[in-house]
Amino acid sequence: MIPVSHYIVVSLLLFTTGVIGVLTRRNVIIILMSIELILNAVNINLVAFSHYLGNLNGQIFAIFIITDAAAEAAVGLGIIIAFFRNRQTLQADEMDLLRW
Amino acid sequence: MMDQVLFYFFAGLAVLSGVLVVTVRNAVHSAVFLITSLLATAGLYLTLNAEFLFVVQIILYVGGIMVLFIFVIMLVNLDVALHQVQFNRQTWVAGLLSIVLLTELLAALALARSGGPGMQLLPAPAATAASLGGNTEQIGMLLFQNYVIPFELASILLLVALVGAVVMGKKRI
Repeated sequence: MIPVSHYIVVSLLLFTTGVIGVLTRRNVIIILMSIELILNAVNINLVAFSHYLGNLNGQIFAIFIITDAAAEAAVGLGIIIAFFRNRQTLQADEMDLLRW
Repeated sequence: MMDQVLFYFFAGLAVLSGVLVVTVRNAVHSAVFLITSLLATAGLYLTLNAEFLFVVQIILYVGGIMVLFIFVIMLVNLDVALHQVQFNRQTWVAGLLSIVLLTELLAALALARSGGPGMQLLPAPAATAASLGGNTEQIGMLLFQNYVIPFELASILLLVALVGAVVMGKKRI
């Protein structure tokens, strides 16, 4: 029987990796992938608590999070394609059309 | 014993390939490592007796979302971006702050485990889900009884995302 804190530590490591990816990478596609990592870390947390509390509501929430991730990936990649068609770049710090 | 070996294998694989997703240079390699990480997470779900989520993770994440990612990576040519600088100027500050965040979260977890003042976060597992049995059946019952309105809202969300993706993919926007 693995204690729930082990799962939380794995989830925290994945979450921090995703945060580092979002904050430091320049490629927008990799930033989106890092967001997927973060959502995945949250899912691990939910499923671990769902198992250890004997309550399936956490798994339902994980299903909804996966749904949101799919919607977010579809729209985000659509935006990336539209942006690439207009500006011929994928670097996040060159997306400064609305910058002050 | 066996479940511990499986847990550490899947956890190590997930974290290692997660780190590689962020650090590797080529976006296609990054996507492949993300697939590995997601599959390892599916394995973690299996060690938690969440069989339905295991299958959903593989079909939806690996089979759906990641194919979309790789399709887009192939669609936009990244040959130019491959030779540019991959990390932005705030990298060191961001990395430092993320390490601080991780330390803080781990400290909170340690505090909760030690049962500090007002921190009884993790009660002993009263009834583990192993005794529930029939994971998919129970999720289906719960999803279509207690959570039927969020379920319908999720379908509307997917419809909106579908329309949004089509609009974004149009020739002139």
